[in-house]
Amino acid sequence: MIDTLRLTAEAAIELLERGEMSAPELHAAYLDAIAERDGELHCYLRTSEEPSGEGIPIALKDVISTKGIETTAGSRILEGYTPVFDATVAARVKGAGLSLLGKTNTDEFAMGSSTENSAWGPSRNPWDPTRVPGGSGGGTAAAVSAGLAPWGLGSDTGGSIKQPSALCGNAGLRPTYGTVSRYGVVAFASSLDQIGPVAKTVRDVALLYSIVAGRDPLDSTTADLPEVVVLPEGDSLAGVRLAVPRQVGELDAIEPGVRASFEAALGQARELGAEVGECELPLSYRYGMPCYYLVAPAEASSNLARYDGVRYGLRTTAESYDEMVERTRDDGFGPEPKRRIMLGTYALSSGYYDAYYGQAQRVRTLLIREHREALEGFDAIVTPTSPTVAFPIGDKAADPLAMYACDLLTIPSCLAGLPGLSIPCGLSDGLPVGLQLIGPQFGENGLFRIGHALEQAIGFDTVPERLRVASNPTGLTPSGDAR
Amino acid sequence: MTWERVIGLEIHVHLKTRTKMFCRCPVGFGAGENTQTCPVCLGFPGALPVMNRRAVEWTIKLGLALGCEIANHAVFARKHYPYPDLPKGYQISQYDLPSCINGNVHLPTADGDRSIGIVRAHLEEDAAKTVHVGGRTGRIGGADYSLIDFNRGGTPLVEIVTAPDIRSADEARRFLQLLRQTVVELGISDAEMEKGQLRADANVSVRPAGSDELRTRTEIKNMNSFNFIARGIEAEVERQIGVWESGGEVQQQTYDFDAATGTLTARRSKEEADDYRYFPEPDLVPVEPPTELVESVRAELPESPAARIRRIEPALDLERATVLVTGGLDRLWDETVSAGADGVATANVIANNLVGAGVEPAAVSAAELAKLVEARERIPRAAFDEALSKLADPGFSADPYLAQEALSDAGELGPIVERILADNPGQVAAFRGGKEGLLGFFVGQVMKETRGQANPRVVSELVREKLAS
Repeated sequence: MIDTLRLTAEAAIELLERGEMSAPELHAAYLDAIAERDGELHCYLRTSEEPSGEGIPIALKDVISTKGIETTAGSRILEGYTPVFDATVAARVKGAGLSLLGKTNTDEFAMGSSTENSAWGPSRNPWDPTRVPGGSGGGTAAAVSAGLAPWGLGSDTGGSIKQPSALCGNAGLRPTYGTVSRYGVVAFASSLDQIGPVAKTVRDVALLYSIVAGRDPLDSTTADLPEVVVLPEGDSLAGVRLAVPRQVGELDAIEPGVRASFEAALGQARELGAEVGECELPLSYRYGMPCYYLVAPAEASSNLARYDGVRYGLRTTAESYDEMVERTRDDGFGPEPKRRIMLGTYALSSGYYDAYYGQAQRVRTLLIREHREALEGFDAIVTPTSPTVAFPIGDKAADPLAMYACDLLTIPSCLAGLPGLSIPCGLSDGLPVGLQLIGPQFGENGLFRIGHALEQAIGFDTVPERLRVASNPTGLTPSGDAR
Repeated sequence: MTWERVIGLEIHVHLKTRTKMFCRCPVGFGAGENTQTCPVCLGFPGALPVMNRRAVEWTIKLGLALGCEIANHAVFARKHYPYPDLPKGYQISQYDLPSCINGNVHLPTADGDRSIGIVRAHLEEDAAKTVHVGGRTGRIGGADYSLIDFNRGGTPLVEIVTAPDIRSADEARRFLQLLRQTVVELGISDAEMEKGQLRADANVSVRPAGSDELRTRTEIKNMNSFNFIARGIEAEVERQIGVWESGGEVQQQTYDFDAATGTLTARRSKEEADDYRYFPEPDLVPVEPPTELVESVRAELPESPAARIRRIEPALDLERATVLVTGGLDRLWDETVSAGADGVATANVIANNLVGAGVEPAAVSAAELAKLVEARERIPRAAFDEALSKLADPGFSADPYLAQEALSDAGELGPIVERILADNPGQVAAFRGGKEGLLGFFVGQVMKETRGQANPRVVSELVREKLAS
């Protein structure tokens, strides 16, 4: 049997291509790993017993509609809802021959930074199961980290791909807004939601991105990619100019251990030939969070209006229509969606619209401009992904503002619609630290190139220390990061 | 005191695109319930709208026909309200940035053209159809259960809002007839009111004549024929005048017009004002039609119904011209008159006999019709009627009918007329007492007696002659 802990997607593809393993054998190997470790980690909400394609398996976050397979977005209100159609990204991975391994856990409607808001219980961090894997895509990130999937797709509104990738030691890409179709992905905040890959290596991330990206006639906000996706090679950063926002140096929220790891990675970038300069993002760090917490809840309050118990999902019966809807929504939504529906409804109310939603949109325009200016003369902006490493389960559950602050560093570029790649850059107290690279619109290839070179230099071992003992070093493990 | 009526209309027109506004489901009547549906128009999680290009182009076309400016940047918004016929919990509708604004329609009236402002024309999606079963009112409150048919949900709908420039119920009716004809001729809607493809709401207020104040208005909904609209508006005008004259004050209110009883029923007023929480639809991009597109649509616009009424009116009168144009009959009239027939006689034959016979005007040969119109008093009525009913037949020729002569001999018709008069002493007394309209009755009886062979002009002369003696 194969050891899935170190198996990258590229290596797995090679195994199949060389005929060393069959797709069903590979699928079974992952199911075995899931059987062994997912009881503790709870990455999956459901798994597929049989492979559905000839290729390697993939995990999909449970906000991605899968035809004939229950899709709940981590919410009780969608309990028992089985889509009659595939999301475009699900159709594209199927079209590429990938085989659905299972649907992974998420904060309810992708609202959260810890996966604790899932109606089906939290996922746990493979590096330390007493800690969160991040969120909202904690299920996918923990699964990739623990060898329960070679790769997976997540969705990112304010950091839901990048932050869990950082906390679990994976590579994760939030693509440029409009490059990956949102069709069939349960909506949280439409102007921010993006679908993107999580994997063990930047090359895997780029490969999966190339499969799902590109214009979709079913999503009017998508665009053709201006250039084909290039799998990154090489280990030099000569001529690359990186910018650290001056404000990042002043943020107290960033833990010293995270900062140390980040600084060390900057040093390695310099050694590879990169020039590291400074840029200014004052408005982004000052107004990004409040702006996001108006735009996202406003759109969420609208997107969640359709869950009324009439057509699908949960219905709590009652004497009248109004009462049925009220009770269904009361029973079906957890505290975080309810909180955001209230915030968003308020922000869109007549008389408040201009002061809240309208103002937030104007601020957003400023942040877009500020990022464009900050990137002038640079190839990427670089920051830590998360201000902290994985925190203990329950630590921030009672304090929404503390939880929201997890996305302090990921939110501004999301508001600006820009791509962000998180790669692991080291450990702090034995827990992974993520480094975030932000590029210009459609600048994914640049991020892959920089991320790949750094990844090689850093040599981060993506297998959680506590699982390495279990890992069989003599197994079939053509490791992508062992060069 | 005399009162002036101040009326504005909001008209919804279903576009007859092949597919719905935001998905590829077919638009149409008669399919089984919920068979013309998909994840998009059922509001399934993750489904996204994609604009129907044709609906956008047709809205621009209509806007141009209504003299509107076409926005080079229009935006769809989400309009939220919770109702089971709205599967997403919001309707996608243009809001503060509609495709068409600041238009103007010339409405021909007896006192010259009246200019009716068009505030806006915007594109939106229709809601699904709800049937409330049980209960007394057919409304959701009190119903035993409700059924929803999503086939209609997502049908493209243009809403046209006029300025409060309309000054009578009759003007409102004329405006709507003209608008209906316009959309039919543009080929963008069948606008059949009984199918709900054209629906109108009226905003009504009154003010002392000569004043330019705007008093509190009320809204009348659910009027599904031109006549109901006129009657509904007039009923509301009378009610408001009554309220003001008795020292009261009109309250802002929405009424449903019940055509059966001719009465207005106030809708239950909500405790709080509606808050639709509009915001720009993030799943769509703005509508930014290229100038070349707008100009090419403009260049293809046909002559407007109002212009055609004005053009043919001098040969007729406003009423006849309006009937011909709003009935889509004026082209046949034009051609028939060009072929040498009398204008008024042709208008009467087309508007009364031809429409009455159920003949499709487009299939009629104007040259043959012109011959029949000119011969209508000379040939037997029966032959005339038969010829009319066959006008649309392929290869129709009027010649065999023109060869027949009506019975015009007073010597032959006289005794028949006398017998009819003798058989109807009551009507004779009434005619002599001043009911001259009975002339038609006597002529009709003679025509019946002669099986349509008599010349009606000769008969009516004979009837007059004998009754005068």
